[in-house]
Amino acid sequence: MKFKILLIIFFINLNINLHANELVEESKIHKNLRCLVCQGQSIADSNSDFALTLKMVVKDLIDQGKTEKEIYSFLSDKYGDWILYKPKINLGNFLLWGIPYLALIVGGVIIVFLIRKSSKKA
Amino acid sequence: MQKIIKSIIVLLFIFVLLVFYNSLYRETNYSTDYLVGNKLAKINLKSFDDNKIYTSEDFKKSRYTLINFWASWCAPCRVEHPYLMQLSKEKNLRILGVNFKDKKINASKFLNELGNPYYYMAKDTKGKQSVNFGIFGIPESILINNDTIVLKKFIGPLNEQNLNDIKKIINSL
Repeated sequence: MKFKILLIIFFINLNINLHANELVEESKIHKNLRCLVCQGQSIADSNSDFALTLKMVVKDLIDQGKTEKEIYSFLSDKYGDWILYKPKINLGNFLLWGIPYLALIVGGVIIVFLIRKSSKKA
Repeated sequence: MQKIIKSIIVLLFIFVLLVFYNSLYRETNYSTDYLVGNKLAKINLKSFDDNKIYTSEDFKKSRYTLINFWASWCAPCRVEHPYLMQLSKEKNLRILGVNFKDKKINASKFLNELGNPYYYMAKDTKGKQSVNFGIFGIPESILINNDTIVLKKFIGPLNEQNLNDIKKIINSL
């Protein structure tokens, strides 16, 4: 009897956990999708007709077993990279992705140089 | 080394200026130009009377198809309707009307009142199919050839200029 109860609790818990994971993933995807008919809002923040439709489509794609990456790829095929808040790296935006790292390296070199210079003076 | 640092700062300043200058002339509105030349994949639309499913194969029968997303509750759809009626007379073109998030009775009333320009009639009750076509509002129209390659996309109601553009494309050969 105890074993049966434990088994039931295990399956209920498993179901809740699986559902929670799905919710987390869904809301994460919603936050990265731009609502094309709103002013600077993601579909997570919007109740527009378009946002509601996209939420349904995202849910369907998750139910079909698509990964987050595949969902972004599907939607950017249909609406372009503009629909993604975090677009893929391409020729048009590689500077956007690369400059922070470049700035970090150049900044590091400058700081090292200044420290060395000041220590030499001392 | 100080010279190098100064050069880097100057270069950085010039770069930032260039980025701002470039942004002044950049189109910031959502554009669907990238869709032109793409092939529409996985067309799977339920016919208006639930009798049939339209797929890419159906659009191979005509040289050109204009896919028009419309609804009876959409006021701009009334504005573009006379242009669709004119286009329905073109020999090289068939029009597929996708009734979007609408009630069948209202859609039928709309067509009885204004005329039916559609060769094929499909419906997208929940609006999910429209995502496959990159639709984000209605009315929107997509001109495709018999290989389902997008030739032009029209956002908003069709106008005189769009009508002429479509006629020019479908009568070009």
